[in-house]
Amino acid sequence: MQPVAYVREAPEPEDPPPTLTSGALAWARANLFSSFGSSLTTIGFLALIGYLLTQLVAWATTRAVWSAMDGAACRQHQDGACWAFVIAKWDYLRFGSYPVAERWRVDVVEAIGAVLIVWLLWTNAPRRAWAALLFFVVYPILALVLLRGSSVLGLPFVDTLLWGGIFVSLVTAVVGIVFSLPLGVLLALGRRSPLPVVRVASVVFIEFVRGVPFITILFMANNLLPLFLPETWAPDRFLRPLAGIVMFSAAYMAEEVRGGLQSLGKGQYEAALALGLNYPRMMGLVILPQALTFVIPGIVNNFIGLFMDTTLISVVGMTDFLEAMNNAIKDPVWAGPTIMVTGYVFAAIFYFSFCYGMARYSAHVERILAKGRK
Amino acid sequence: MSSIGASAGAEQHGDAAIRFAAVHKWYGSFHVLRNINLTVGRGERIVVCGPSGSGKSTLIRCVNRLEEHQRGSIVVDGVELTDDIKRIDEVRREVGMVFQSFNLFPHLTILENCALAPIWVRKMPRRDADELAMKLLSRVKILDQAHKYPGQLSGGQQQRAAIARALCMTPKIMLFDEPTSSLDPEMVKEVLDTMTELAQEGMTMIVVTHEMGFARQVADRVVFMDRGEIVEVNAPAPFFGHPQHERTKLFLSQILH
Repeated sequence: MQPVAYVREAPEPEDPPPTLTSGALAWARANLFSSFGSSLTTIGFLALIGYLLTQLVAWATTRAVWSAMDGAACRQHQDGACWAFVIAKWDYLRFGSYPVAERWRVDVVEAIGAVLIVWLLWTNAPRRAWAALLFFVVYPILALVLLRGSSVLGLPFVDTLLWGGIFVSLVTAVVGIVFSLPLGVLLALGRRSPLPVVRVASVVFIEFVRGVPFITILFMANNLLPLFLPETWAPDRFLRPLAGIVMFSAAYMAEEVRGGLQSLGKGQYEAALALGLNYPRMMGLVILPQALTFVIPGIVNNFIGLFMDTTLISVVGMTDFLEAMNNAIKDPVWAGPTIMVTGYVFAAIFYFSFCYGMARYSAHVERILAKGRK
Repeated sequence: MSSIGASAGAEQHGDAAIRFAAVHKWYGSFHVLRNINLTVGRGERIVVCGPSGSGKSTLIRCVNRLEEHQRGSIVVDGVELTDDIKRIDEVRREVGMVFQSFNLFPHLTILENCALAPIWVRKMPRRDADELAMKLLSRVKILDQAHKYPGQLSGGQQQRAAIARALCMTPKIMLFDEPTSSLDPEMVKEVLDTMTELAQEGMTMIVVTHEMGFARQVADRVVFMDRGEIVEVNAPAPFFGHPQHERTKLFLSQILH
């Protein structure tokens, strides 16, 4: 029998863990080669993956047609991609029907935008407040003037009817992202407001917009907005779907943000109030920074959804990147079975790289915010 | 050494820091505060005790209007609490509060937690606010934790940081809502010591607590509440030595083993 009393005489030494429980080799042994059947399955699937990958790479590189004047070469080499088509149509895919002589303006807008976005998103960049000011205030005006034209600066006017391609997709996505988050935050706060008028207005907006398909919103923005406004104010043909996408995304954003607000305990509000912070400061300094951090995955999910939804603005007559690709594929000079596949694979790569970039960036931000806070 | 927060100037002596007159409050149909009459003098230390659900937390949360009372009047530092948001803000600037669950802002460092209200409410320059925060953090003996986040501190350190944060607003009155109830036993003393020092500097304090040792040592008066009403008020020695009311005797017999 154990004695009742015990007193330690020497301290227990601290030992390292038993070997081969961690590391890549141990993981592979435990998960891939634990038994004969398991090893067989692993090898079988590795072979399959290897075969498919080599086929895909060969299709996209060695067997592909890289240069051609028309679709004839691609029709002869049907076992490879027809990159010559994408290269030939590249300018149309980027600019749509934007006048050739004025396309440098789009290049300038894209280049400045890219620099500002990198500056703004690079978490260690110096003077990010400047980047924010330039991006959110100066850049939109500059972009509007450059893209539409200005008689003062001697830039010919380019109607949005002629806009098209990748830059229309990017403008739509950026406008949607930049406006839908703040609008969504306001709607979320409105939905929790003690003022009945504000609350009811927010709820009605959110529930109405969430309750109808995006295409309906687009048609309504396109056809109803002009009816409500005087003729001289008739909004631009591109502005209407932009307003639609902002409204649609904001409603979803609002519910995402509301989830974040609800995950905060009453104590945070009370501590802020007890310190004498008023409502805007309590929200801006204490509540929203925490609530938005909690819902970064959901917000980015909405951004990605919004990026995909930009392809729908073609239903109200805008030529976004995918619509430009559709038009290019219809060109009889470039008719052929591999051309359509190549075009859509290229479009998929385009959308995937932007969305994956957003996902990776949000993961990076989450890691930074998680650091130090436990 | 100048006393932190205690601004009981000579001309203010005599008049009350807080005056409850016939205060009633209901949660729905539940009558949580019943005809509360209590005057807290400047520099006075009041300990409020009572069984859970007796309304003691609600009582002190009415002082800075985290809860509204529905009848009667509450005057804090000469300002009557009404729906007027300006007056409420005025009162909240002068009344510090420490919560049971600390309620530090987890996304800010300890220093930022402390400097936030002086910067945004008192419009103090950031450098001055940081300096003030560092001074108070060293007063509560956690200067070395200033640049950490709340989640990295022990419970006792977090509660002392919360006290420092409230003191950074140089309040005239401090409210403590069960400040040691969610602490591990070995950390209770460091928080009570901080509060005792504050009391010795002349701060007006209302403390809701079950720490009867603290009440005996620090309080000028002990208020016993039960079922929403004040049952007995007395100085600590007679309160603990010769409780008068049956409910006080029962309560003390239950918590003093």
